[in-house]
Amino acid sequence: MRTWREAGRQLGRYPSALVGLAIIAFLVGIAVYAVIAIPYSEALGLWRGGDQWRMHPVNARSAWVDRLTGGGQSRTMIVSSSAAAIEEETFAGGRQLRIPLAFDYEYAGFPSEINLFFSAAYQERQPFVRLIWHTPDGEVVSLGGRRISREDRIAISQDLALERRLGEVPHIGLLAEPGATVPERARTGSYELTVEAILFEEAAELAVDLVIYGRVHGPAGTDHLRRDLMVALLWGTPVALAFGLIAAVGTTLTTLVIAAAGVWFGGWVDAIIQRLTEVNMILPLLPILVMVGTLYSTSIWLMLGVVVALGIFSAGIKMYRAMLLPVRSAPYIEAARAYGAGDLRIITRYMIPRVLPVLIPAFVTLIPTFVFLEASLAVLGLGDPVLPTWGKILNDAQTMSALYNGFYYWVVAPAILLMLTGLGFAMLGFALDRIFNPRLRAM
Amino acid sequence: MNPSPQSAAPVPRRAWLADLKRFAAFAGLRLVALFLTVMVGVYLAILIANMGGQVDELRLVQIRSAAAEAVREDPAFRDLAPEERNALIQQRVQLEIERLRLDQPFIIRSFDYLYQAMRLNLGRAEHMHSDSGAREVRAIIVERLPATLLLFGTANLLVFGVSIFAALRLSRRYGSALDRVVIGLAPTSAAPAWFYGIFLILIFAFLAPILPSGGMVSSPPPEGRLAYGLDVLRHMALPLAAMFLSAIFISIYSWRTFFLIHSSEDYVEMARAKGLPSRLIERRYILRPTLAPIITSFALMLIGLWGGAIILEQVFNWPGLGTLMFRAIGHRDMPVIIASVVIFAYLLALTVFILDILYAILDPRVRVTGGRR
Repeated sequence: MRTWREAGRQLGRYPSALVGLAIIAFLVGIAVYAVIAIPYSEALGLWRGGDQWRMHPVNARSAWVDRLTGGGQSRTMIVSSSAAAIEEETFAGGRQLRIPLAFDYEYAGFPSEINLFFSAAYQERQPFVRLIWHTPDGEVVSLGGRRISREDRIAISQDLALERRLGEVPHIGLLAEPGATVPERARTGSYELTVEAILFEEAAELAVDLVIYGRVHGPAGTDHLRRDLMVALLWGTPVALAFGLIAAVGTTLTTLVIAAAGVWFGGWVDAIIQRLTEVNMILPLLPILVMVGTLYSTSIWLMLGVVVALGIFSAGIKMYRAMLLPVRSAPYIEAARAYGAGDLRIITRYMIPRVLPVLIPAFVTLIPTFVFLEASLAVLGLGDPVLPTWGKILNDAQTMSALYNGFYYWVVAPAILLMLTGLGFAMLGFALDRIFNPRLRAM
Repeated sequence: MNPSPQSAAPVPRRAWLADLKRFAAFAGLRLVALFLTVMVGVYLAILIANMGGQVDELRLVQIRSAAAEAVREDPAFRDLAPEERNALIQQRVQLEIERLRLDQPFIIRSFDYLYQAMRLNLGRAEHMHSDSGAREVRAIIVERLPATLLLFGTANLLVFGVSIFAALRLSRRYGSALDRVVIGLAPTSAAPAWFYGIFLILIFAFLAPILPSGGMVSSPPPEGRLAYGLDVLRHMALPLAAMFLSAIFISIYSWRTFFLIHSSEDYVEMARAKGLPSRLIERRYILRPTLAPIITSFALMLIGLWGGAIILEQVFNWPGLGTLMFRAIGHRDMPVIIASVVIFAYLLALTVFILDILYAILDPRVRVTGGRR
């Protein structure tokens, strides 16, 4: 145990080790936060996407990108009828509502989309709505009217007739400075969208949400399915760490035990292990993973299993073997034999602990390799079908040509997290390496 | 590392011949061993691939379509009624199944698959075809192989040469600022090449568009051999840089450490004491005895890089084996995927074989004892 404490003390002398530890602590912090803040089933549900994200913009960049590029891009605004001063007029057999949805627009940039979401309660006759847009300097634009079903939406941005009338896409044309041929800046001020609704039943109700989608959303931005990337960035952390850790533990421990067994028993056991290692060196890991993923399932646990299974007879066996061979004939092993220790006891209690310090750095530097492996599989489209991971963000970004379309945030954020993971573990591992085995590294 | 390089006296002609003979025996032995290894590896791949009976279904589909096509094409059967024709197809399929022993248990047939795979008799693709239109998996792969070899061969040689050179220089200036910078940068190699590729594309293809973001040649390809070559070089720059970045620091780091350890050996100290020039010490006293381990680590790096090929090529849209495999995943084209595994296995085995041969040439002990290391 003294060696460990000594190692811990020495670690403090390496600034890179401390930085690495800080990064790892940060990542573990994120992982713990993610698991507590968004429970597993909720994360899966969120990442599946769908209607729950309808109030989020499509491909909105992240706040930090906005800050870097000068700011002024719009955020999403939701104006709800529940907060509006509704004027009501009753007539025989129904009511007429006038719902003013007022908002102050303060951004220089235009919104990315404008939608209206209705939810109506009625028996038989659908309510009828008419939309009127008021600009800050009193201009009035009629946006037409239509009947509304129980859960309905009016996609103002996709109104082609309106677009022809305005000469621009509605979410730009409705907010543009008057007279400008090419609108560059949005007109700031108080806008109002008046919803005039006629309910044809006494008991009918109508609620409406006006969503002016921004071009910036939160610290992570959103993807093409309106999902907040934060979910996957957060949840990618525990997944990546768990995958890396389990794979590293699984491969190093089994490899070490097998190497020790080979050295201890010698003879044909050793020979078989050696030959298996050579066969395993020929087996290409990634193509086999790809094959398994294509044929059976891309579940992360299956991938983990294959990685561990193929990692058992890895090249590391040769290294451990070289280290264990002198241990085998050490006097203390002789002594253990003399008191009647069995094979298993000698291997697990006497031989393996002896090389464990050498294993630690290799183990730590191995973790990011597997983290990147998982990301690689996801980039190839073989990521876990349900889990939100960093690699899947990258994969989505790749399929949607994020770089080509200028959605840099989509690629940069998961890439930075991956890089941090890699750097953190590698820095710690390198420092540990110099502490535990200054000479063995290059052998 | 005892043998002093100075004891290597000129060998007489006879001994040289005997050396060659031993060397050939060694190479042959290794070749056989590696062949067996590849065989076991491919067999394992077949077992994995066939766990769900996929290969069988695949072959049945192929046989059926081949039989149907043959009957349809043959003018002699043109006048047959549809039922008769179907019966004929069915009969042919049955014959073919019996001929290929598909009705036999898998264990027996698996060796047949192995035989076909080892002969690179890779079958026909289900959906994909080569650029020249062939459906043979072998044609598709042969078409892609040169691109992969070009990119990865260049990158590996570059990394290897530069890092050995830099490591030697650094080990001489142990502890200098540059040395510490390289040590500090070594952890950046934790990220694979494709990862750097994404950033390089972002910077050099989109933010400052000076290099193409992917592909191997412009479209349309430039006229003339020289222009074509230059264009390929331009397209190669970014993937090369990505691979170089991801591998260079770690390899400089590990070889620097390695050289440092070996430059404190007694015989090096002695050479220094004699006052030999440092270049000579480096070449003859440090490099030569350590060449064998250097080659080993080079080969291990090569093996690692083959694995990364798939994604790097995909990121850069490089028309090599990796992209092929990626497309095959998209099409769920099993024959191509299995064939890629076989090809990768062969490439790895080839790497190991070249390594062994180099090892034998470089390590005098292999020659002296005739293949026993």
